[in-house]
Amino acid sequence: MSKYSEILFRPVFKENPIALQMLGICSALAVTSKLYPTLIMCVALTVTVSLSNFFISMIRNITPSNIRIIVQMTIISSLVILVDQALKAYDYETSKTLSVFVGLIITNCIVMGRAEAFAMQNPPGVSFLDGFGNGLGYSVILIILGTIRELFGTGTILEYEVFPLVQNGGWYVPNNFFSSTSSFLHFNWFNNMGFKGMAKRSD
Amino acid sequence: MPKINKDSTLNITFVGIGLCLLCSAIISFIAIQLRPVQDSNIVLDMQKKIVSSAGLEKVYGSVENAMSNIKTLIIDLDKGEIVDINPDSYELAKELREDGKYKFLTAEEDVASIKKREKYSKIYIEYKGNEINTLILPVRGYGLWGILYGYLAIEGDLNTVAGLEFYEHKETPGLGAEIDNPKWKALWKGKKIYQDNGEVSLKVIKGSVLETSDNFSYEIDGLSGATLTCNGVSNLIAYWMGNDGFLNFINNLQKIDV
Repeated sequence: MSKYSEILFRPVFKENPIALQMLGICSALAVTSKLYPTLIMCVALTVTVSLSNFFISMIRNITPSNIRIIVQMTIISSLVILVDQALKAYDYETSKTLSVFVGLIITNCIVMGRAEAFAMQNPPGVSFLDGFGNGLGYSVILIILGTIRELFGTGTILEYEVFPLVQNGGWYVPNNFFSSTSSFLHFNWFNNMGFKGMAKRSD
Repeated sequence: MPKINKDSTLNITFVGIGLCLLCSAIISFIAIQLRPVQDSNIVLDMQKKIVSSAGLEKVYGSVENAMSNIKTLIIDLDKGEIVDINPDSYELAKELREDGKYKFLTAEEDVASIKKREKYSKIYIEYKGNEINTLILPVRGYGLWGILYGYLAIEGDLNTVAGLEFYEHKETPGLGAEIDNPKWKALWKGKKIYQDNGEVSLKVIKGSVLETSDNFSYEIDGLSGATLTCNGVSNLIAYWMGNDGFLNFINNLQKIDV
């Protein structure tokens, strides 16, 4: 595998930010009850993390090390505000559904984590790729979650009825179990168990 | 390029101030550029809810066309009269915060469990020629998990329902949230609100309405598994169509033409 595709795809499978690095879990649970907002959230995060990596890497040689976190935050939050503004202008419905979670990308650990761990040491081009790869890794997990939760929670995928609903003369009873965040926290529990298991193995 | 000392005080100041200025300039520029689109989105979103409660977007082809035939008015709920207040500056949440612009409801009055009722209400009237064709009234009441906010559209006879649309609620998906189901909403069209003696009789019942029932034109099929939400809907109809709600205004409308 070439160096670039390694940088791009390693975060998708081998070092997935949500499943293995345990970053960005809160938003992964909050926005995935329907698939469409999930997709928009994935795009928003991927754009933010790629561009923030790019810009942070671009000025890494003149960034004073004692204010580097502030510099990173300024760039990240500017990008997030731009994404949020664009969303409010061009997809108002979804921006209402996602509400604060777009703004919370600022505190998303993936963005900060990649800026600090990768972009500060590498040139802009590969940093952009790394950001894009991490965005994809986040997206893969979110899309899987969003599909499962929407399908079993409401019987639909992208609002298209997959399981005929009882209300419309079918057989599937939509249930809140997979759609509500609190019940879905079980996922978090499974995840933690997996994480502990892994830590033991690596000892 | 000469090697700069990136940790010097000069460089810290320079990078700090430069970055802040650059970022804020970009953000302000984009925000100002996008502002008109965003504002029109917000207005359009609200209009869509109003228009779709009466199914008018289909009649007129688009929300904008429908809105151009709709007049927005502010009315005094107690007197049932139109008041001269600019509807654009009216906001329900603001009215419910300002002293003197709302009243607390007693337990008996508070059929819909809303605690406070505003003094002025913002309503919409669609005209066909000079005749009122549709009257669109804002209604709200407690369901199971929170307050249901919606619009009830009434036809020109001021007694027949043209449609009901909730735009904000917290009901359970698949159960109470089925109040958004188009099939259920379609049941409302053509139902009657007031009996001949003036009593509000429109309500959601348990189970299905029999076609042979005496109250066929006053009853709506219940949603199974959502009794409390359905009771909430019945209550809010009873409240807002009653004396404390829009009844005074509706009676006045029947006497005079607006």
